Amino acid sequence: MIATLLLVHLPAVLAVASHPSTVDVSVFAVASAIVLAGGVGVVVARNPVHAALMLVMTLFGVAVLFVLQRDDFLAAVQVIVYAGAIVVLFLFVIMFLGVDKEENLRVEPLRGQRPVAVALGLLALVGTLVLGSVSHWTTGAHAVSGPADAPGGNVALLGRSVFTTYLFPFEVTAALLVIAVVGAVVLARRPPATRPEGSPGAAAMPVPGSGEGGAEDADEGAPADAEAHPGTGAGEPDGTGEPDTAEKAPAAAGAAGATGQAAPDVTDAAQAAEGVAR
Amino acid sequence: MAGATVASAATLHLPHIDYLSILPVLIMMGGAVLVVVVSSMTRRALGTSASTALSVLTGVAALVAALFQWHSVTTHGAKVTIAGAVVLDGFSVLVQVTVAVAVILSAMVADGYLKREGVDGPEFHALALLSASGAMVMGSANDLIVVFLGLEILSIALYVLTAMNHKRAESGEAALKYFVLGGFSSAIFVYGIALTYGATGSTNLPQIADYLARNVVADNGVLLAGMALLLVGFGFKVAAVPFHMWSPDVYQGAPSPVTGFMAAVAKAGAFAAVLRIFVSSLSTVRTDWQPVVTGLAVLTLVVGAAIALAQRDVKRMLAYSSINHAGFILLGLEAADPRGVSASLYYLFAYTVMVIGTFAVVTVMARDGDNGHDLEDYRGLARRQPLLALALAVLLLAQAGAPFTTGFLAKLQVVSAVVAVHGYVLAAIAMLSAAIAVFFYLRLAVVMYSPTGSVADPVPAAAGGDGEEGGGGTGAVTELLTFDRGSDAVPGLAVLTGAPPLDDVAERRVTVPVLTRAAIVISVAVTVVFGIVPAPLVDFAHRATLLFH
Repeated sequence: MIATLLLVHLPAVLAVASHPSTVDVSVFAVASAIVLAGGVGVVVARNPVHAALMLVMTLFGVAVLFVLQRDDFLAAVQVIVYAGAIVVLFLFVIMFLGVDKEENLRVEPLRGQRPVAVALGLLALVGTLVLGSVSHWTTGAHAVSGPADAPGGNVALLGRSVFTTYLFPFEVTAALLVIAVVGAVVLARRPPATRPEGSPGAAAMPVPGSGEGGAEDADEGAPADAEAHPGTGAGEPDGTGEPDTAEKAPAAAGAAGATGQAAPDVTDAAQAAEGVAR
Repeated sequence: MAGATVASAATLHLPHIDYLSILPVLIMMGGAVLVVVVSSMTRRALGTSASTALSVLTGVAALVAALFQWHSVTTHGAKVTIAGAVVLDGFSVLVQVTVAVAVILSAMVADGYLKREGVDGPEFHALALLSASGAMVMGSANDLIVVFLGLEILSIALYVLTAMNHKRAESGEAALKYFVLGGFSSAIFVYGIALTYGATGSTNLPQIADYLARNVVADNGVLLAGMALLLVGFGFKVAAVPFHMWSPDVYQGAPSPVTGFMAAVAKAGAFAAVLRIFVSSLSTVRTDWQPVVTGLAVLTLVVGAAIALAQRDVKRMLAYSSINHAGFILLGLEAADPRGVSASLYYLFAYTVMVIGTFAVVTVMARDGDNGHDLEDYRGLARRQPLLALALAVLLLAQAGAPFTTGFLAKLQVVSAVVAVHGYVLAAIAMLSAAIAVFFYLRLAVVMYSPTGSVADPVPAAAGGDGEEGGGGTGAVTELLTFDRGSDAVPGLAVLTGAPPLDDVAERRVTVPVLTRAAIVISVAVTVVFGIVPAPLVDFAHRATLLFH
């Protein structure tokens, strides 16, 4: 896909200068090579950290291409948001899940997906090239109706757009942020959140059948739970078994291999990471 | 469009904001923020009842605001505001009314569920309100970017809502499935927006219509691709065949009140946007997209009804039935005229009320753990709880399209809208699928009214009657959780039919919380009253026209 993208961009890049200078062409070639190498590296790297760093390389290359198109602001955003924030988030999650895990690239979870992916990629490439070469296929109005290098530059133009033409979409985006915050809390929080605080080890109580409980926690805790409640199904309602909770809590905490207050904190952090990964 | 902003003068001309046109959206978002803030400011966690009350109040306030909007539209006419991003017309008002009603009913149904399952109330209600605000944004969007934002607000909140019940593994699995496929379809949709923008030079709906009206597009490949991708994206969201694969699993896995909410609000928002985009903006190229919509409608109608026949799980059955309903709503899009649009809108409103009522009954029938969804769990319901069974029967008959219900009028209107544009074959297929659908609705009704004990009933009632123990037996039938003394079962009948003893019948009653009962009563009443006295609602839908057509 990246190759397709580049080939589509090539005429646009060359069109920026009426006579494409050798500087433009050479910068484009170098940046493209960086992007392509990074893209290939992401796919073939065995170590997930290396793959993430390769992704940074690709994103930097794309930022250079943006500069070449005289879009300084987009280039800066590309570096700050993608190469900075998002890849760091990836690395954060990778570090949490274990750096030393290597993927076995020989195993295909979906049989035959690689040949199909290659075939579809080639099809997309050929299709784009064909459609691009038949130039009048792509009709339409001129999309950009203002010069990109107006007084004040990109940033001023974007700022104006955000507070005039796109005021409503810009403001409505706030709802997405609220959803993200509430959703992250809901998904990452330990299930029996309705229990009163202060009951010792309450936070370490595993809930059988919960989708995302700490895996070891649940494994260790489940038998103890079953002993305490022979014949209880997975769907015990909250709040009905308060005395039992107090009995079980030490057992569960002990099973998790931790004494004192450390256990809940550690598992909390791990769960937060899981929530982020989702 | 950007040309207007290029003016290099230092002053910034902010667009005029007509607050009335976005008032319901603001109320919904404000209500959600209020729920979150109040629950985090108070020392003790805000109770479920308090957050439900806030949520219902918010819904009522939004409903009132929508009625003010309706007054404004009928007296001052429709208008476009906030730099052309938002439109206030009859169509948008009816969408907001539909969504507000869905929020009110869902909040009432969810209250009992949240308490029963021990799920946190404030978070649930905040997310539901935000999700509804997304559907409202889609209903009044006048720009493809606004449509996309509304779609994301609607969908992302729904992904989280699907995962709300931590105790059910299916809930998380369904959420993950919904998230991945939903994200995929959003990407397709936004690519469709990009291509449409490339072909027409604008994301603003009237400007797209204007461009297409003034220019004869000789080679419209990009536009065709853009429209196709838009249709695929919407097809995912409304679960039109062949993009319906996610819906049975997600409907089954999601908490039951969320399923009802999702079925109603996601359809309302997505159909509102697709109707506005295709009927008002892309109507000049309708010969290109109408055949595709016809194909989608036929597939959706037939496949939805046919696969529902094979379902034993009531929630899955209702999922396929909702696919079938989506096919009917697509008929109004296929007609692509004001009559079709108003028929689809009416259908959306009627469907919203019916489906939330139906899932309210499903919610209480599922008992603690939200697992009793097998057809057998409904056997003999009429003898245990005649009123509950009657309510479900009425709602099912309405969904099947029985006369004297809104369901009948809805089906009648979309089919006659298609007939009016000479889509006779499509109309015949729709009638056929409705006939198939009657079978599975009636099967559930028959099961409810048939006596218990005719199936191999697992030995029930091992658990003592103290109401604390989950049954944990093989069949969910034996899950005894809530006990409502004082059965109205007839002992003689039980003996005659070989049913389990009387006290067992009494123990198998499900409790219906007051608010859930109220929601069921409201939905049945709306369905029947507006079915017998159709004029007000039909008139509302007929006058709820698109501003640009």
